[in-house]
Amino acid sequence: MLKIEDLHVSVEGKEILRGINLEIGAGEVHAIMGPNGSGKSTLSYILAGREGYDITKGRVLFNGKDLLEMSVEERAWAGVFLAFQYPVEVPGVSNIYFLKAALNGIRKYEGLSELDAMDFIATVKGKMKELDMDEKFLYRAVNEGFSGGEKKRNEILQMSVLEPSLCVLDETDSGLDIDALQIVAEGVNRLRDPKRSFVLITHYQRLLDYIKPDFVHVLAHGKVVKSGGPELALELEEQGYAWVDEKKAS
Amino acid sequence: MAASNENLKDMIGQEYKDGFVTDIESESFPPGLNEDTIRAISAKKDEPEFLLEWRLEAYRHWLTMEHPEWAFVEFPKIDFQEISYYSAPKSMADGPKSLDEVDPELISTYNKLGIPLEEQMRLAGVAVDAVFDSVSVATTFKDKLYEAGVIFCSFSEAVKEQPELIKQYLGTVVSQYDNFYAALNAAVFSDGSFVYIPKGVRCPMELSTYFRINAANTGQFERTLIIADEGSHVSYLEGCTAPMRDENQLHAAVVELVILKDAEIKYSTVQNWYPGDENGVGGIYNFVTKRAECREDNAKVSWTQVETGSAITWKYPSVVLKGDNSIGEFYSVALTNNYQQADTGTKMIHHGKNTSSTIISKGISAGHGQNTYRGLVKIGRKAEGARNYTQCDSLLMGDQCGAHTFPYIETKNPSATIEHEASTSKISEDQLFYCMQRGISAEDAVSMIVNGFCKEVFKELPMEFAVEAQALLGISLEGSVG
Repeated sequence: MLKIEDLHVSVEGKEILRGINLEIGAGEVHAIMGPNGSGKSTLSYILAGREGYDITKGRVLFNGKDLLEMSVEERAWAGVFLAFQYPVEVPGVSNIYFLKAALNGIRKYEGLSELDAMDFIATVKGKMKELDMDEKFLYRAVNEGFSGGEKKRNEILQMSVLEPSLCVLDETDSGLDIDALQIVAEGVNRLRDPKRSFVLITHYQRLLDYIKPDFVHVLAHGKVVKSGGPELALELEEQGYAWVDEKKAS
Repeated sequence: MAASNENLKDMIGQEYKDGFVTDIESESFPPGLNEDTIRAISAKKDEPEFLLEWRLEAYRHWLTMEHPEWAFVEFPKIDFQEISYYSAPKSMADGPKSLDEVDPELISTYNKLGIPLEEQMRLAGVAVDAVFDSVSVATTFKDKLYEAGVIFCSFSEAVKEQPELIKQYLGTVVSQYDNFYAALNAAVFSDGSFVYIPKGVRCPMELSTYFRINAANTGQFERTLIIADEGSHVSYLEGCTAPMRDENQLHAAVVELVILKDAEIKYSTVQNWYPGDENGVGGIYNFVTKRAECREDNAKVSWTQVETGSAITWKYPSVVLKGDNSIGEFYSVALTNNYQQADTGTKMIHHGKNTSSTIISKGISAGHGQNTYRGLVKIGRKAEGARNYTQCDSLLMGDQCGAHTFPYIETKNPSATIEHEASTSKISEDQLFYCMQRGISAEDAVSMIVNGFCKEVFKELPMEFAVEAQALLGISLEGSVG
């Protein structure tokens, strides 16, 4: 599904990612962990196509296509979804309108007709129920005045409506209390599918108690310093990230 | 956000879509302004003596006035002797009695603008007065409205058929000496709409006037008068377009609204005069005096304006709240792109007890556009318990444009409650990226964010026009900096 080869990225001359290699197969869940400043969020932005980064070397293939050549919208249409660490407020634009515009953008790309409004609302309401979200959120402006937990749930709602094939979750667990974390994790687990892959970017092991990854990678100083199974996350939890720095020193 | 700026700049710059010229033979006065010009206009319209005198008084006063310089707009000095003050399609000279007699070229002009004049083709609930340069071409549903007691016709026609109403109300809200451009308008006004809603009548349909400037080198000086008698209600909308021309053209209108006891007028404007090209060449100077007077108790008026066109927009639709418990509202979206300038806002003058006013102003600046909100809230000595709420938001797109706010508050009554809120924001790269990551194109994202910003104003527009206004905003912003 996704293949990252020797990816080097700089911002204003400073190298943030220094040769990332990663392969993610269909249906797999990969967790990327690492200390602050290791380049985790940069990686998520690069996958989504945010401006302001110099890709100095390497390539990213998404279902065999050169992802880095595609615009932000094209990536979204092709099935790349980024759940933001800090979801953005769009004042005056209702959640339902936003969701519908997004979904119709994708359907148009797929050559499908626009969704019938009644069907759409019924589908969305069903998904909101699963995420324990009040229907009134549909008519409120996108993320405006939402609490941290509500914003994160809204991201998962968008993800479940848009049904992307690659979901990148950037620190979705940050700022969530345990109940909200459970709801979000259940939402993600419901979306697990042999055709859908996940990249969970997180600082803490906590999220992985609820969403079981197939692989865990440790990112430090712009490189994947260690890869392994779910047990690696537990190891990290015990040892902290200090050994990563030691490793660099050695 | 240099990189996304480029994306936005690359987006197809759609041309001003109403910029065509109707090829029609017109009768125009030679440029120049003196008492003979005014006599000639008056004679053309076969006006009663009192009106000619009224015009001449205005003109004589105008000659003593200085051009106002206080607005935050810049333009070269206007030579009033270079403007033609009257232009009308030749075919209108015989005064066609019905639509069948109107030049098909004129009808097709309005069809092209999406304003079909044939009644069966119109949106069922909307009557239209179509003003082309200096004359009204046709007014639809006149008979049907007349059955309900509503008078809706061109101003010229009202002068002939309702001279008493004209005499009673003309110039009572905006006097012929009010200001430089109002005095000029009083001297040379050509046509516009007249509406009278009798006591207790709720106007059965929306009324609208569609103004079109076609001839070159002419000024359009429209005059509109709307009277809502006791307990009546009317919703009125005006739309405006003009061809693309390299020279600037002057549009100096006066609109007077009179609202009597328990009556209500809702007045909406979608102004899309030619704004000039991307280098600021050409475009309309839209210098307008609009004022409403809530003359008696419990009167209500609401101005809603969406100003996307014109090289320069300079106007303050205002409300004089004389009657006790009367209500004034002003909802505005003003957009300036390229080199457009706008200095607009409102004046809320509270005289009556427990009068209240609301001002919601949304300014959007893109390109090199300059957008100024200027508003006055004045509470008179006797306006016990008056209230005002003002909210004034600016949205900047790019770093070459400007937003300016000049709120004035004068109060002589200590019981008044006045609130003012203001904000300035930019469309952030975060917002654009977020929308685009969800599969919404950059263009749609900008238009969505801007429409969201304007939502509180758009919801005040009649349904079908809200849709038009949203589309217009999208077009006006295309090719602009994000």
